[in-house]
Amino acid sequence: MANAWKSLTALGQDTAQVVAIGPYQISERFDVALASLAVRRGQNAAFAMAAQTAGVPLPPASSFAAGEVFSAFWVTPEMWFIEADFASHQDITAHLKPLFGDTASITEQTDAWVRFDVAGTGLAALFERLTNIDLVSLPDGFASRTVIEHLGVYLIKRSATEVVLYGPRSSALGLLHALQVTAKSII
Amino acid sequence: MIINHPILGPRDAQEFVYLGDANLMGRPDGMTAGIEAFHDYLYNRDNPAGAHRELWYHEQGDRSWLVVTRNTVTHEILKVEMARDVARAGGRSK
Repeated sequence: MANAWKSLTALGQDTAQVVAIGPYQISERFDVALASLAVRRGQNAAFAMAAQTAGVPLPPASSFAAGEVFSAFWVTPEMWFIEADFASHQDITAHLKPLFGDTASITEQTDAWVRFDVAGTGLAALFERLTNIDLVSLPDGFASRTVIEHLGVYLIKRSATEVVLYGPRSSALGLLHALQVTAKSII
Repeated sequence: MIINHPILGPRDAQEFVYLGDANLMGRPDGMTAGIEAFHDYLYNRDNPAGAHRELWYHEQGDRSWLVVTRNTVTHEILKVEMARDVARAGGRSK
């Protein structure tokens, strides 16, 4: 049967959308798998050991840490979001569960979020209009949940010229619109 | 008003949502405590002019619940604790 399933990105396309506005480049990413990882009560020591063995970084509050296979950012006490390459880790929970066993609760998050990589010079001017986060004073690797146009998003400052945003997938177009309008208002 | 989050440091109060009296955490056991205790829990609130323990939710941040001790006259914030630490210290385990 010629009934091929066709996967779509969060923006409803079959390729990732890239928008360039002035110095800013906003790129949709769908090649990253995402899962939440939360420590089960009383399992902290065993959890930390499992993470170390598995090579899953557990960065402290408000920060991101890159690892070889898994990268992670802190979301709330005793909970992290884990990133991995989508091509090799499409079913990321199936990769993580054997590594952590009963020490953690792991939930698939890939399809709940849209990811935008925002790159360019002068990102502080963009994000000071969108959020209450002051990129200038914050270190590289800063990660925080914040709000853009009433949407709860995770923001990670990878460097002075690169910010990663995770927003609710069902509001992907709305979030992109907010980024575009704000970027256009600056240039 | 600035709330000094125990983990994230000083944050603008606009990032938070206010719930109310922190005594809401101490819900009596509906099966054993009796109707008077439950009525008191549900309807009666102290309204002190002075130090007041309140529940605040970090909606625009890490979504943690905090117990903030605030002077209702001066708005001075005297103490900020993680609500889960307060609950566990009070003998609650869940």
